[in-house]
Amino acid sequence: MAVAVWVIARSRNLFGVVILAGIYSFLMATVLVAMDAVDVAMTEASVGAGISTVLFLGALYLSKSEEARPLQRPWLPLAVSLAVGAMLVYGTLGLPEFSDPKAPIHVHVVPRYLNEIKTEVDVPNVVTAVLASYRGYDTLGETTVVFTAGAGVVALLRRRRAKAGEQ
Amino acid sequence: MKNDLVLRVVAKLLIPFILLFALYVQFHGDFGPGGGFQAGVILAAAIIFYALIYGLDRARRVVPEPLVESMMAIGVLIYAGVGVAGLVLGGNFLDYFVLDPNPVLGQHRGIFWVEVGVATTVSGVMLKIFYMFADRGKVDE
Amino acid sequence: MTGSGHFSYFVTVFLMVAGLFIVIARSNLIKKLVGLGIFQTSVYLLYIAPGKLVGGTAPILSDAFSVYSNPLPHVLILTAIVVGVATLALGLALVVRIREAYDSIEEDDILARDAAPGPIEQDP
Repeated sequence: MAVAVWVIARSRNLFGVVILAGIYSFLMATVLVAMDAVDVAMTEASVGAGISTVLFLGALYLSKSEEARPLQRPWLPLAVSLAVGAMLVYGTLGLPEFSDPKAPIHVHVVPRYLNEIKTEVDVPNVVTAVLASYRGYDTLGETTVVFTAGAGVVALLRRRRAKAGEQ
Repeated sequence: MKNDLVLRVVAKLLIPFILLFALYVQFHGDFGPGGGFQAGVILAAAIIFYALIYGLDRARRVVPEPLVESMMAIGVLIYAGVGVAGLVLGGNFLDYFVLDPNPVLGQHRGIFWVEVGVATTVSGVMLKIFYMFADRGKVDE
Repeated sequence: MTGSGHFSYFVTVFLMVAGLFIVIARSNLIKKLVGLGIFQTSVYLLYIAPGKLVGGTAPILSDAFSVYSNPLPHVLILTAIVVGVATLALGLALVVRIREAYDSIEEDDILARDAAPGPIEQDP
């Protein structure tokens, strides 16, 4: 994944950048499966490598440009990025270690979900049960966000048929 | 692209299976990975595949624009409808256990309809965005 | 604190910094959106990696397993991925409109056109 990101940053050919972004999404989905996040991996693969690539290619075709401008003097952004990275690494040193069962994330609400799903909801896929039932209100908001994005794209790209003799 | 034989044959073979897989992911979201979002995206991907191979006009005839636009809105309405049904039947908004005399079955019913609503909205929005992008390019030529 | 215990955080921070660099250092608008996507995926990793328990399995209840990885981050990140693609679609629609109005998708050209007032072709 580091190689893909490096080539994306350096490359000027936009078509190659879009395809590499699709490859990067697939690699990220594989890493997510290794982290036991199967629902998330399926969503990331289908949404990131599928729909995103299609939309990027459509926008690329409509923008009619193939090459990005080469970069001059990237020293200030590079310094800012590295400074932010150093601060983040310093911050993550205080976070729990990988796969620590006593980390706070495992202790508070999740044991209740895992223990009571069989009696309350009886749906084996815990992620779907939490998403649709325990946290159903958030999913309503997310569906509304998707709908709003669709409405926004329609508002931006709708053609008003004002010119006579066009169709 | 409809003159390329290999693409046409492969598309004809694959698209029914992709549609079937989308339905499988939707309804087996309770027992394995899956659920509304993945199913909606895979459904939209199948129709986009059809549009890429056979042309936008034939895809528009199979899935017309008014249908796509109404799918976008109906999904959200189904979701909110389940919530209001919970209100009407005596619980709070989006309570599923009042939908059926057996509370666990009520949860099943609620989750089923909610996932249907989500899949409808997601597939409608993805397809509509694709139609908008493709349409914009066509009129310029 | 060991290096190997925090390796997932290092990967996350590397991807985050790379995405940030692409967003602020490249002037092409489509590359900026790709960089934003990379930044978003690094945040997914930031949330999901601490949820994994070595020896656990995917959070689908079954009688054969007793240790599950934490399902709560999965729920949050599922929402985040879908919202991310919605934002991406809107961003790309904006890029298309900018291209039609300014005839370029390089940030420097657009800022120069804005600084020097001139007619911007309106689009139907």
